[in-house]
Amino acid sequence: MALLEVRDLTVSFDTPEGEVHAVNALNFDLEQGETLGLVGESGSGKTQTALAIMGLLAENGRATGSVKFRGQELLGMSAPELTRVRGSKISMIFQDPVSALNPYLSIGDQLVEVLTHHRNLKRRDAIQRAEEMLRLVRINDAEQRMRQYPHELSGGMCQRIMIAMGLLCQPDLLIADEPTTALDVTVQSQINTLMGELSEKSSTAILLITHDLGVVAGLCDRVMVMYAGQEMEMAGVHDLFARPQHPYTEGLLKSVPRLDMDHSGILNAIPGNPPNLLEVPTGCAFAPRCPYAYAACQTRPDFTAVTEDHWRRCHLDALPEDAS
Amino acid sequence: MNQPDIPTPDAFEQALDRRSLKGRSLYVDAWHRLLKNRAAVAGLLVLATMAVMVIIGPMLSHWDHEIPDWDHYSTPPSLETGHMFGTDALGRDLFVRTMVGGRISLLVGVVATLVSLLIGVTYGAVAGYFGGRIDNVMMRFVDAIYAMPFMFFVILLMVIFGRNIVLIFVAIGAINWLDMARIVRGQTLSLKNKDFVEAARASGATEAHIIRRHIIPNLLGVVIVYVTLTIPQVILVESFLSFLGLGVQEPLTSWGALVNEGAQELETAPWSLLFPAGFLALTLFAFNFLGDGLRDALDPKDR
Repeated sequence: MALLEVRDLTVSFDTPEGEVHAVNALNFDLEQGETLGLVGESGSGKTQTALAIMGLLAENGRATGSVKFRGQELLGMSAPELTRVRGSKISMIFQDPVSALNPYLSIGDQLVEVLTHHRNLKRRDAIQRAEEMLRLVRINDAEQRMRQYPHELSGGMCQRIMIAMGLLCQPDLLIADEPTTALDVTVQSQINTLMGELSEKSSTAILLITHDLGVVAGLCDRVMVMYAGQEMEMAGVHDLFARPQHPYTEGLLKSVPRLDMDHSGILNAIPGNPPNLLEVPTGCAFAPRCPYAYAACQTRPDFTAVTEDHWRRCHLDALPEDAS
Repeated sequence: MNQPDIPTPDAFEQALDRRSLKGRSLYVDAWHRLLKNRAAVAGLLVLATMAVMVIIGPMLSHWDHEIPDWDHYSTPPSLETGHMFGTDALGRDLFVRTMVGGRISLLVGVVATLVSLLIGVTYGAVAGYFGGRIDNVMMRFVDAIYAMPFMFFVILLMVIFGRNIVLIFVAIGAINWLDMARIVRGQTLSLKNKDFVEAARASGATEAHIIRRHIIPNLLGVVIVYVTLTIPQVILVESFLSFLGLGVQEPLTSWGALVNEGAQELETAPWSLLFPAGFLALTLFAFNFLGDGLRDALDPKDR
């Protein structure tokens, strides 16, 4: 049994314009200790997938399908049960670490409260445990830092603290929603290395949401590419980068700037925009932007296995050889 | 050539670190900003002095606020008679009466504001946080009470329950929490969508915990400012009620009641208006300066 089993997860929002389908019948598994990358453009449903797993959808949102964590159904779980799972067995870290910390509480208070809440530790023990955790995420002077407030720390340090907070109760699953997007590049790599090390040490599974393919390459075991709320391709990280089997993945990989690129100075962007999710496209969601689209793309392709561990949603037999 | 004495980057960083490692909350920061604001500090000092004076003032004088000095009716302020502020038409020492009146005025201001604070913050935070239908019902109830004419409400209370100082607290507090509830609700609505509330929920905090530890501490700044601006308003309302004869009853007094008496003797004994009115005005000024200073200190971006 996988640690996390997501089956037919559909997330929709009631808006004045109609029902927006952010996630459409998504399926994936996450094994213990595994790091799965969730990539895609903005609006492809990555964050909503994570929020649906955590039961943190906005008030007008609704999740259907099934999300099983250690065999326990998370969707429709009662609020008191959810508060026991959140932070304790599944925790989440956010994109902007500075605003994810309460500006009026000291770092120590915020860390200690998680422990006293979930582990019933005495305050003194909790403080000690929190300090240990801060040292683990390489924060110097942990004792003093506990007394400081978020506005006194840098973004990178705040994100370390968020990671420490996420790992305090030794969760089985850590959901990281673009954990490095708000940080500058050098800090990004530090945070990524840190997360990689910690997941190895503690065998915590990580669901990493990002649109940075570089981060994926460095950190993940497997990758799932999402588009319009559907899975487009899923494969081991090396396989995906070496042999993309979906035109969208190919487009994404091509649009990453590289040092050894030719000097025309123009990036290969994917033409067009992601579809409006007020209506789920009946055919292949990517067809309107796909360079290889043909008649069959009017119907939605199934998510099929190319090889045992490489799945994709495309009608093409193989991607045409690249001319460039 | 002389090399200027530049600290090494290391030393500089260490100094910076040592200074910043202490940890200073946003409220401590605000307090330091407040202390730099002269008007606010002056207001704070005036209020502190006023509080001490009204508490110990009457104890220092050998006159009583109820018992007349049979030898001096309506005498002007003089050190010879021992009546620093003079006496009123009944021969009562005006200094003691002003201080005792100050006790009542300040007490009404603070207690009624605290009552409105307690009700308003809880009510507003709950309405704003839970939102939707709960919010709708709760705020329409506030609107309904708002629509009731305040003076009519107070007079009704006085008629039904008789004139009573506790009733003044209740009446004023019962009206003032409405504003507080509205302000707090508005703030809560914007706070509950902040990332750190989401993060708290993601780490398994219960709703009650989020309201107590995340919403209310973040509301405090706005609430403190509103409190310092509400206290003078309440003091004024009490003065107005006393001026109308609905407030504090003789022989107990308040600044409003004293101003009322003084106004009647304006031509024969101007000092009996001057002193209570002066104290009242000074206090109101001080509160307003303090409130302004607090607002600037707590929200340095919003000048």
